[in-house]
Amino acid sequence: MNIGRIKRSINALLVNGTLILIVLLWLIPVVGIFVSSFRQRFDIQTSPWWNVLPHRGWVMTKTIDPRELELDTNSPMTVEGITATFEEMQAGVEEGDTRLVWIGNRRIGNIQIQKKDWIMPGGLTLDNYQQVIQGKNIRITHADGTVQTVRGDDFSVALLNSLTVAVPSTIIPILIAAFAAYGFAWMRFPGRRFWFILTVALVVVPLQIALVPVLRDFAGLSLNGTFLGIWMAHTGFGLPLATYLLFNYISQLPRETLEAAFIDGASHFTIFTQLILPLSTPALASFAIFQFLWVWNDYLVALIILGPDPNVRVVTMKLASIVGDRGQDWHLLTAGAFVSMLIPLIVFFALQRYFVRGMLAGSVKG
Amino acid sequence: MTKFGQTVEKEQKSAGKVVAWILRVGLAILIPVIAFFFLYQGFLFLRAGNAPKWVIAVVAIVWGVGGVAILYYLFNKLVESLSPDWTERLQPFVFVGPAIAMMIWFLALPAVRTFYFSLFGRNGPPALPVTMIFTNPGEYFTVVAAQFVGLSNYAAVFTDRLMLSALRNNIIFWIGIATPLTVIVGLLVAVLADRSKFERMSKSLIFMPMAISFVGAGVIWNFIYEVNPPGTPQIGLLNAVVVAFGGQPHGWTNYTAIAPWNNLFLVIIVVWLQTGYAMVLFSAAIKGIPEEIIEAARVDGATEIQVFFRIMIPHILGTIITVTTTIIIFTLKIFDVVWVMTGGQFGTDVIATQFYRQSFINRNSGYGSAIAIVLLLAITPVILYNLRQLREQEAFR
Amino acid sequence: MSKFSKILGVLVLATVILAACAPATTPPPATAAATEAATEAATEAATEAPTTDCAEGYDFGEIVGPAGGFLEKALAGEYSGTTVTVDGTQTDPDDRKMKCGWAAFEEATGITVNYVGNKEFEARISIAVDAGQAPDIADFPQPSLVRRFAEQGKIIDVGQFLSDDYLNQTYIPSWLELATMESPDGPIVAGVFNRYSAKSLVWYPKDDFEASGYEVPETWDELLALSDQMVADGSTPWCVGIESQAATGWPATDWMEDVMLRTTSLENYDAWVAGELKFDSPEVKNAAEVIGEIWFKEGYVYGGRDAIVTTFFGDSPAGLFTDPPNCWLHRQANFITGFFPETAKPDVDYAAFYLPPIDEQYGRPLLGAGDIYVMFNDRPEVRALIEYFTLPNSVSGFLAEGGAFAAQKSATPEMYSIPLEVSLAELFGTATSFRFDGSDLMPGEVGAGSFWKGMTDWASGSADLDTVLKEIDASWPE
Repeated sequence: MNIGRIKRSINALLVNGTLILIVLLWLIPVVGIFVSSFRQRFDIQTSPWWNVLPHRGWVMTKTIDPRELELDTNSPMTVEGITATFEEMQAGVEEGDTRLVWIGNRRIGNIQIQKKDWIMPGGLTLDNYQQVIQGKNIRITHADGTVQTVRGDDFSVALLNSLTVAVPSTIIPILIAAFAAYGFAWMRFPGRRFWFILTVALVVVPLQIALVPVLRDFAGLSLNGTFLGIWMAHTGFGLPLATYLLFNYISQLPRETLEAAFIDGASHFTIFTQLILPLSTPALASFAIFQFLWVWNDYLVALIILGPDPNVRVVTMKLASIVGDRGQDWHLLTAGAFVSMLIPLIVFFALQRYFVRGMLAGSVKG
Repeated sequence: MTKFGQTVEKEQKSAGKVVAWILRVGLAILIPVIAFFFLYQGFLFLRAGNAPKWVIAVVAIVWGVGGVAILYYLFNKLVESLSPDWTERLQPFVFVGPAIAMMIWFLALPAVRTFYFSLFGRNGPPALPVTMIFTNPGEYFTVVAAQFVGLSNYAAVFTDRLMLSALRNNIIFWIGIATPLTVIVGLLVAVLADRSKFERMSKSLIFMPMAISFVGAGVIWNFIYEVNPPGTPQIGLLNAVVVAFGGQPHGWTNYTAIAPWNNLFLVIIVVWLQTGYAMVLFSAAIKGIPEEIIEAARVDGATEIQVFFRIMIPHILGTIITVTTTIIIFTLKIFDVVWVMTGGQFGTDVIATQFYRQSFINRNSGYGSAIAIVLLLAITPVILYNLRQLREQEAFR
Repeated sequence: MSKFSKILGVLVLATVILAACAPATTPPPATAAATEAATEAATEAATEAPTTDCAEGYDFGEIVGPAGGFLEKALAGEYSGTTVTVDGTQTDPDDRKMKCGWAAFEEATGITVNYVGNKEFEARISIAVDAGQAPDIADFPQPSLVRRFAEQGKIIDVGQFLSDDYLNQTYIPSWLELATMESPDGPIVAGVFNRYSAKSLVWYPKDDFEASGYEVPETWDELLALSDQMVADGSTPWCVGIESQAATGWPATDWMEDVMLRTTSLENYDAWVAGELKFDSPEVKNAAEVIGEIWFKEGYVYGGRDAIVTTFFGDSPAGLFTDPPNCWLHRQANFITGFFPETAKPDVDYAAFYLPPIDEQYGRPLLGAGDIYVMFNDRPEVRALIEYFTLPNSVSGFLAEGGAFAAQKSATPEMYSIPLEVSLAELFGTATSFRFDGSDLMPGEVGAGSFWKGMTDWASGSADLDTVLKEIDASWPE
């Protein structure tokens, strides 16, 4: 009995230990940008993000102008009691808690005396978020006192656009797919099998091939650059998978329930809205999450259908434009990336509890 | 939908069939058309208005979603008002028709068009008016034939060195390594989380990367792979670790000295992104295994590993197959991560990036289309497998 | 149903809440006083007109178009109220400079110019043109891409309304030759050049450079001697970075072209660009080896050979501005000033010298690249804007702030606001020949593909020079 208990606690330790290790591995990249998004541009470029933790490092205590010492840099020199050659000094000479570094070259350089000490975190700022979220000009005061005016990135409008794109692009295909899935599963009509196979086959068509024809059709309907256009595009591209997965679920619902309803004289439409939809909530919710994430994170379809008009720009386009415009403006990229993650995370956490059953319908039985 | 042309018959039944078909096709097209018309009118109205942006957004969402729902309702009412016989004939098409019409428009027709283009040279098929087929068929077909190249684009796909390395990457690294890795890690997390006290939290955190766009993922992973000159502080985590152990810092994804293994660093990103998906599905499947079976095995003295392999795995085999196939489809189509991280340079090209470059940047529409069709064909075995599975399910007997 | 409608409700509600907050974003509570300043600045900025983004001196006064042309009619207000769409790759800060140059046109004609550009331009324009959704005008940085559209008959011939006389009067022959392309209906003038950047420049940290007693080299040998001196002084002479995401390798092609012009004849250069002189030829190989002598020499490049392919080209010059400099020399076109730190001052913190000749018999060649404006839709107001692009007024935003030169003959030194740019423009007056960026003229498969890729593989050491050159030759489309 005792051995069993020990065994069990070792087991628990093993299980939780491995799990925590994996979770940490998964978390590190996100923590990296989260921390970085609060750091200043210069800090991000010159020191790693984990330096925001208190750590031991070299702190400069004194700078010496080598020209004042009139040193001969071609032979070993003695500075502050440390003797070394020029090359050694360039690499840094350590003696106990002191380090001597020659910064620069023989002609214009200086010698730094550094001491090892605890470096406390600091210099975190919310400016990055402010610059990313607001659309107006923003004045930023740098550490050295200079003031700089920059154009904000106006994520607030992009977030609104993304929501306007993503919510209908999630609900409309699910609605259409649910009707179709019900039709395929519980109605008899000629060509049922053919159309269903076509649906499954279309799951694999890469959407890139549709860009030119769809854009051309949309041009005829003057749908380019409109939200309606992109809703339709996402609906079209998302339907095969939605229909296929919802079919898997809806076709597995207990036949007796439906038959009972039919006997009571209910119509297909009534059964669908009153019975099937409520019963399928887990499947609908879980697919909603995936479709929402997919649409929210889409860049290509938005770029082609919505075009580069700033009024309809979505978050991913905004983010990509920061990558493109400013090269390595890490401080804005990290803040922007984090802002763009927030809504999908909220949606995920809100719908998570429906995730228990759903996607896997049909396969549970194995 | 081509069926109705052939039925010109004497029986009343057949005549009814023809009418039924016309009505069915009509319904399938009419619902989306009317839906579109109403939505579009609403948009014109909205665009004319000067309401604040958020009001427009909310109205647009309600209008779009509500409009579609109401249309289904109205059409169903219409069909149900007919005689029961007709209701039965037409109702399935109210349900299924709009989905089929949309899929044909957005995916099936473009796929056929792409195949047609793949048989032509760089500039695609000649841009002649379609009416010419009837007015001047001789010239039409001569011009088309002149630019017709047959399967030579396909021959090029399988001889082009860059294309071959793209195929290799797709098969070895993306299907061969990324897919099983995602499945295994996903399964491991699902099993561990199931028996852990931190189940909810750990699952949420593993799922989190799925909420990140590829553009965002590119930003995030730059903080891992970023390289600075030796001797300066490394701001990329991986290089910081490597340097701390006395190694040389590298750019990893573009470290061609280890090619093609630099692809692994892209694979890691995708595994990180997709494990959440696998985990969620596995986790739900594990929850579906009756507790008694597992307990019974434990009482019989089975070790945890035996329980896992002899009971859990067989029970969730269906899910494992579903997850694996969806991830294979995803990795075959993989584009964004590669495009964002390396642009296909350094030997990391995949089929989709080659297609994109050839079609849209080099404007070689024939070759680009052929690549897309090869991608489609590559996925076909996966579909066939899936269809076979479906056939085994009772719903389709 | 109820659960589902709840979810729907949550989503809609979330939208409303977010939307309601969005336009009036309250600034997050910040620690420093910076926030206050920021909000203040924001409210100020909101009332300001957009043109205040432009630097001083961007207004060149009266616009005079070609006699009897569409610009003249536009200036008379004939097309007032119309809109012309321009697409391109330029984003902040270049798009701003472009718009500054166009502001005078918009004001004088009442035509709205709507610029919609981003980095995905190449793919986007391709899809848009195929779908019949082309913008009115597109700004192409690579003439080779335009050639494809011209061959497929997608481009409007600007020669229809711009006379040869006028074009000859406006442009030097090189630009006109480049703009003339084959179409299904014979040769057309596929567009007009507008601004260009000069590539044969080496940037250096002027103040530190002078304080160290270094001198600007006049010959290639002096350049190498200077580099050796710097190494002997314990510093690293060069900063080289060719990383540019999907376009990694393009800065290396510029090096190749510059050295080709200095080590072989113009005829050979032209033959090379046209695909007649193979990459595998001794001339091209020699050029690469000359570059290798700098790139791969121990201690010459900051960060060593590895850093070349991993350093973002825009970050690469950062080494010039550290104190003391991490590196002293950086070869890049003049647009690179846009990537310099905002605090760096021209003629104080940095300056540029002409990349010295290698072999005297080839003179002082100049390598440049320019943007060509191509017309896709033929409407009078679009023609008027094309005519405006043939005037230096349309480049005023760049001339005022730096970053590009005007391609038109009528541009005068007085139009440049930055002394350094004037001296560079004058420097080019001494050039004996001018050639366009070769990789931008080669077919996309090479000039925006295998050439970049090959140079990257060679620089990183993953393939040797011979292999790389053969592969580039093999990728040349029939």
